[in-house]
Amino acid sequence: MTTTTENSPNEQKAGIGEYLVRHLREYGLLFALIAIMAFFQIATNGTLLKPVNVTNLLLQNSYIVIMALGMLIVIVAGHIDLSVGSVMGFVGALAAVMIVELDQPTWITIATCIAAGALIGAAQGYWVAYWGIPSFIVTLAGMLVFRGASLWLLEGQSLGPFPREFQMMANGFVPDIFPAGFGESVAKLLGERRVNMLALVTGVSAACAIFWLELKKRAQNRVYGMDTEPTAFFWARVGIISFALVFILFKLSTFRGLPNVLITMGVLTILYAFFTERTVTGRRIYALGGNIKAAKLSGVKTARLTFLAFVNMGVLAAIAGMVFAARLNSATPKAGFALELDVIAAVFIGGASMSGGVGKIVGAVVGAFLMGVLNNGMSILGIGIDYQQMIKGLVLLAAVIFDVYNKQKS
Amino acid sequence: MSALLEMRAITKEFPGVKALDQVSLSVDEGEILALVGENGAGKSTLMKVLSGVYPTGSYDGEIIYDGALAQFSGIADSEAKGIIIIHQELALVPLLSIAENIFLGNEQAKGGVINWRETEQRTVELLRKVGLSEPPGTLIDKIGVGKQQLVEIAKALAKDVRLLILDEPTAALSEADSQALLDLMLELKAQGVTQIIISHKLNEVRQVADKITVIRDGTSVSAMDARTETITEDKIVRDMVGRDMAARYPARDRRAGEKILDVKNWNVFHPLHADRQVIHDVNLTVNAGEVVGIAGLMGAGRTELAMSLFGQSYGQKISGDVLMHGQSVDVSTVSKAVASGLAYVTEDRKELGLILDETIQRNITLSNLPEVANGQILQETKETRVAESYRDALNIRTPGVFQRVVNLSGGNQQKVVLSKWLFAKPELLILDEPTRGIDVGAKFEIYGIINDLSAQGKGVLMISSEMPELLGMCDRIYVMNEGAFVGELTAEEASQEAIMSLIVTD
Repeated sequence: MTTTTENSPNEQKAGIGEYLVRHLREYGLLFALIAIMAFFQIATNGTLLKPVNVTNLLLQNSYIVIMALGMLIVIVAGHIDLSVGSVMGFVGALAAVMIVELDQPTWITIATCIAAGALIGAAQGYWVAYWGIPSFIVTLAGMLVFRGASLWLLEGQSLGPFPREFQMMANGFVPDIFPAGFGESVAKLLGERRVNMLALVTGVSAACAIFWLELKKRAQNRVYGMDTEPTAFFWARVGIISFALVFILFKLSTFRGLPNVLITMGVLTILYAFFTERTVTGRRIYALGGNIKAAKLSGVKTARLTFLAFVNMGVLAAIAGMVFAARLNSATPKAGFALELDVIAAVFIGGASMSGGVGKIVGAVVGAFLMGVLNNGMSILGIGIDYQQMIKGLVLLAAVIFDVYNKQKS
Repeated sequence: MSALLEMRAITKEFPGVKALDQVSLSVDEGEILALVGENGAGKSTLMKVLSGVYPTGSYDGEIIYDGALAQFSGIADSEAKGIIIIHQELALVPLLSIAENIFLGNEQAKGGVINWRETEQRTVELLRKVGLSEPPGTLIDKIGVGKQQLVEIAKALAKDVRLLILDEPTAALSEADSQALLDLMLELKAQGVTQIIISHKLNEVRQVADKITVIRDGTSVSAMDARTETITEDKIVRDMVGRDMAARYPARDRRAGEKILDVKNWNVFHPLHADRQVIHDVNLTVNAGEVVGIAGLMGAGRTELAMSLFGQSYGQKISGDVLMHGQSVDVSTVSKAVASGLAYVTEDRKELGLILDETIQRNITLSNLPEVANGQILQETKETRVAESYRDALNIRTPGVFQRVVNLSGGNQQKVVLSKWLFAKPELLILDEPTRGIDVGAKFEIYGIINDLSAQGKGVLMISSEMPELLGMCDRIYVMNEGAFVGELTAEEASQEAIMSLIVTD
């Protein structure tokens, strides 16, 4: 059904209201993020969206976002991975031992760490996929094993510092490729001290790309008579997302530009969103999580896909572990402690279903940032860790209750 | 005799649809009323109104029960008055015992402490009433569906039932179990229990019902009394579908072509008990354009045979040869079986056939995703075109292919499963109970689809527990008993008696 122009204003309004109710979850997440950001922006007297804090916010949450990508796939496949915090810590420790104690070059270290992550994922996925042992138990064991293993590797000590090129993974910035004079004149025009043109141009082109893709999708939906979004909603949603992107990148451009980690995060997010929504393997993972027996009888290799979901999770945990260690510039035995819970929370806040088969990459990423903004905002306000934990717990519960309520209503 | 229950002009509206429109029915004390109608006709809604799932005030009309106006605000209210519904999906807890299930929510207890002796004694009594001789401590898990159905009835009896409502009670039962259940219904009637049976199986309805009420599209179209008039199945069917159905089984040109499937010396062992052989030396062939049936009682091994052929989805130590078009093929995994040209439409479409929360489109393309992809990348427009072409070809009634299949009726869900397998472009389709739990109109459509397939030169192997269906549809019928083929009948030789005698003389 499409909204026709003959509708009286009143009828159209009812249509929009109904549409909003049906898609409350998708908009709700976006609105919640905006509302929380607005709240903290006011409560912190503008500190939240200062360029330096925006940069910090991205760096602080990068490893959660990276792991949330893998966790979403694991959860969509109908499983859970409790070991990612420990695996992340273990890989960070492995990197430190290789570089600091064994003097290995950075690129060998990175390759070894990723391979180690894949191996750990494979070791856990094997029992889940081919032996049918519940993932909760296998990864609970993994959580203990790798927490212990990082303690053993580091002998209880912190290990650092890392060489500059390793640190660049987390703390580096992409150099501006545009001529300096260009940036200066734009800066003068906007009344800023400096503007990193690369960041600004990236923001504007990303916004344009989103506009183009959304328009294309909308046109396609129209053709197939799918439930199209009311026009006002479409423009408001795409407008807000694009504006937010340009705004964030503008903020970054007036500080130090594009963090390397943002590129990693952005590229991975796009890749995984594409993988889950547009590829054969991605689709089969949803089918596997939706009904494993039916998927199996439809020729989906369910065991192999489950196995690969865990291998992938291991690789992403390894990348996150290196980013984390590089950011702290040392590996500590406590690195990644209890972080698996933040990652899992991000995925569920993002709308994934505990029973599998439902969830989106973008949702998980937004969920991670929602938690990140909460953390960051509350820290700026000086709210104690005690209250922070309680508030985060309640937010998670509220998000899931909201999901269940919505499902019951439909 | 006076009316125990009278429902007068019940109207129930949901946003946008009138599910019930002025529906009336009445049951006298000690009578059996059959409520028949196609899926989606409004039978379940009517029963939900009666049992208080939809409370007083949410519908129009009156319910007079036991001489008084009934105003139920929930199931607890109606149960307190002795109205008990046994749903199609049984509500038993598999890992609790028969006794525990019977008294679940109705425990024989004093001050919260359960009196197990009394529980067991009463269970034994109740089981005797329903003709079940299992020890009360047996886990529900360990008894078959037929016996579980009897436990449900015992549970209802434990609550001093006055009006027992059975929703499709024989849908999952074998012929023998069904007969036992129908006999029990008649016995309960003799004891004065008033009953309403909802069923698709018209021969069963004719066996037990004193009165028949037909519902179509949310209105009651006819009320017949079996004691004063002769009721033919044709008349019921006509009222149900609102048109004459010349034949229950559409006609088909019967011409078999060359041999497609050839299975030789197929042996299968139980997946858990390696020494228990489930399938013994089965040999079968299916030719192009042929519909071949497999008849047998529940537990004869028909589904096990089909699943073991389809990618070894059942069993272990499987031996034997499968030939397609005379060439030996590997069917050791589902994907290899599909690649060799096999497709298997499962018996249990909700558990094994569909991903209920996904859209029609995504269910249809699942078995052959590479066909709508460019390498790994899905072509969504192509996918939608494919789904829509099957929606049109198989007449799936839905507003769009982006609807979730959970919202479809049983018949339409079955068409989605069929679409999924047709899209895999098989040479041979194994259909396991293809019309179970779907209404007469949709059955007829499914038969039409099967005929189209055979006209296209595909082979169809059809498993069914409804013998008339096999007799009406098949060119040849294999009769199976205890894991082995005990006979083969051509369409001319086949009759219900011929099939049964092969089974009982085995």
